[in-house]
Amino acid sequence: MGMTMTQKILASHAGLDSVQAGQLILANLDLVLGNDITSPVAIKEFSKLNKSSVFDKDKVTMVMDHFTPNKDIKAAEQCKMCRDFCGEKEVTHFYDVGKMGIEHALLPEKGLVTSGNVVIGADSHTCTYGALGAFSTGVGSTDMACGMAIGKAWFKVPSAIKFNLTGELRKYVSGKDVILHIIGKIGVDGALYRSMEFTGEGLSSLSMADRLCIANMAIEAGAKNGIFEVDDITIEYIKEHNGAEPKIFKADEDAVYDEVIDINLSEIEPTVSFPHLPENAKTFDEIGDIYIQQVVIGSCTNGRLEDLREAAEIMKGRQCAKNVRVIIIPATQQIYLDAMEEGLLKIFIESGAVVSTPTCGPCLGGHMGILAKGERAVATTNRNFVGRMGHVDSEIYLASPATAAASAITGKITSPWNI
Amino acid sequence: MKYTGNVIKYGDNVDTDVIIPARYLNTSDHAELASHCMEDLDKTFVTRVQKGDIITAGFNFGCGSSREHAPIAIKASGISIVIAKSFARIFYRNSINIGLAIVECPEAVDGISEGDKVEADMDNGIIRNLTTGKEYKTEPFPGFVQKIIENGGLINSIAKGEIC
Repeated sequence: MGMTMTQKILASHAGLDSVQAGQLILANLDLVLGNDITSPVAIKEFSKLNKSSVFDKDKVTMVMDHFTPNKDIKAAEQCKMCRDFCGEKEVTHFYDVGKMGIEHALLPEKGLVTSGNVVIGADSHTCTYGALGAFSTGVGSTDMACGMAIGKAWFKVPSAIKFNLTGELRKYVSGKDVILHIIGKIGVDGALYRSMEFTGEGLSSLSMADRLCIANMAIEAGAKNGIFEVDDITIEYIKEHNGAEPKIFKADEDAVYDEVIDINLSEIEPTVSFPHLPENAKTFDEIGDIYIQQVVIGSCTNGRLEDLREAAEIMKGRQCAKNVRVIIIPATQQIYLDAMEEGLLKIFIESGAVVSTPTCGPCLGGHMGILAKGERAVATTNRNFVGRMGHVDSEIYLASPATAAASAITGKITSPWNI
Repeated sequence: MKYTGNVIKYGDNVDTDVIIPARYLNTSDHAELASHCMEDLDKTFVTRVQKGDIITAGFNFGCGSSREHAPIAIKASGISIVIAKSFARIFYRNSINIGLAIVECPEAVDGISEGDKVEADMDNGIIRNLTTGKEYKTEPFPGFVQKIIENGGLINSIAKGEIC
C-alpha cells in the first residue's frame, strides 16, 4: 500500500520500509525544540532521568521568545533556568534576547530544519516546518524531555487529508486567508490526529512565507502536522538557509487518504475568523461594521518580512485610525533589520504604529499589547480563544497582514480590497 | 485502574488557554497552576473541585497550545480522569505522559450529567454512571499507556526502563 509524505518520512526515521496509519513507531529525531514557557517543565523532567548530557547538543534548541524580554521576575527565572541548562549541557542552538526571534520564524531562517526531517517541539505551532517538507509536530514538555534524553519519540502514524491546490492567489490575499478558509471549512477538529498534506499545481504560486503560515495553523484544525510537497521554491529556500541538499519524500501515487479536498486559490477572498474559534471564518460579504481598539501584526504565523511588506504597502502615507493601537512585531532580528533597511519600519512609525522587538508577547496574552474588558483586536496571530490576548471579555479577530493593516487605517475590520 | 468521583461537566472545544491562562505560565509549580485551573471558563471550579472528581466534556477537549501546564493543572487540582467525546492530540499525549487518566467515550458524556457519581473502570473499559445505573463501553487503555499512567507518567516509565 502506498504511503503519504508524512508516512514516508516517519518510516525512514523508524528504520522501517513502510508504515501504515495507526501503527505505533519509535522514530529518531532530527531536532528537539523548546521555548521559555515549556522548557523549564522539560528541564525539571529531564533532571529525573539522571542523564549527564542531551542526546546531541546540535539537535536540541531552546528559544527564549514567549515572555521575553523578561516581562516579570518569574519569567526571568524561567529564562535563567533555560540559559543555565543550555550552558551546562553545551547546547549549541540556544537563542536569547538579541539573537532570538519567534521560534517558528527563527528556525527555518537559521537553517535548523530541512526537508525530510523529523522535528518535535514543545510548542503547538511546531507544525510550521511542514512548509519545508519536514514532519514536525507539537508535543508537551515531557516529550521534549525524553526527546532531549534519548533522541527518539513514539508516534502513532497518522492518516491524512490531501489538499489539492489549484489556481493562484489574488492581490492582498495570502496564506493566512487560505488557512482560515480551510479551517472554516473543516472545523477546529477537522483534521484531528491526522496530517494535512498540501500539493497540486497551485503550490507554485505560494511563497515560502505563505506556506509557513498555512502549515503553522494546521494545529488549529487539530492536525498532527501540515506538510507541503517539496518543489523548486522549497529547494531554493533550503539551499539559501540550510545549505544541504534537500531530501525529498514524495507521496506514492497510490497513497491512501481519508479525504481529498480541492482548494482553488483564485477563489479565496480576504477572510477573518471571528471570536472565539479559528473556525468562525467569514468573508467580507458577511462582515458589518466592527470597530476595533487594537491591531497586532506579528507572531509565528505572520511576522515575516513578506507580511510586513504587505502591511507597509497599505499603511504607507496613511495614518492609523484615532483610538486604535497598532503593534507591529517583526518575528526575528533579521526580519527587523531587513524591514529597517527596506524602510518599512519608518512607514509603520510614521503612520502611528509602534514597532516591537521580536516576541510572542500579545499573541498568547503574555505582554506587549494586552486587551482590556470589552476591547476588540484584529490580529495576524493564530488563536482567538476566550481571554487569549487579555481580558476574558475581550475579542480577537484573526486576519491576514493586509486585512490587519487596512483595519488599522479605518479603525474597523476592513478588507484590503476596499482601501 | 478504577476512578470514582462526582462529575463536573463542560462543553466542546475547551481550550488550553481557558484550562490554564497564559498569564500564569510564568510558573511551573503544580499547586499554583491548580489554583488557577479552568479560571477563564469556570471561576467556581477551584472552589468546588474535590479530590477524585471527574471532568466530562464534549469534542476536542484541550485544543490549542501544547502547554503541559494544562493537564498538570487538572491533575493537581484533584481530577482523577477526564472523559470527553474527543481530545486534541497534544493534550491527549501530554495527559498520558504526565499520568492523567483520560478516555474518549461520546455515549458516556451524553448520558452523564453534572454532579452524577461515576466510576471509570479502565482495566475493562467500562464507565458506570452510579447515579443513573447506566453503563457505557469504551476501549481499555493499550497496555503501554496503562503502564505509563500507573507509573505516574512517561519519565517514571523511562527511568524504570519500561519504555525505550
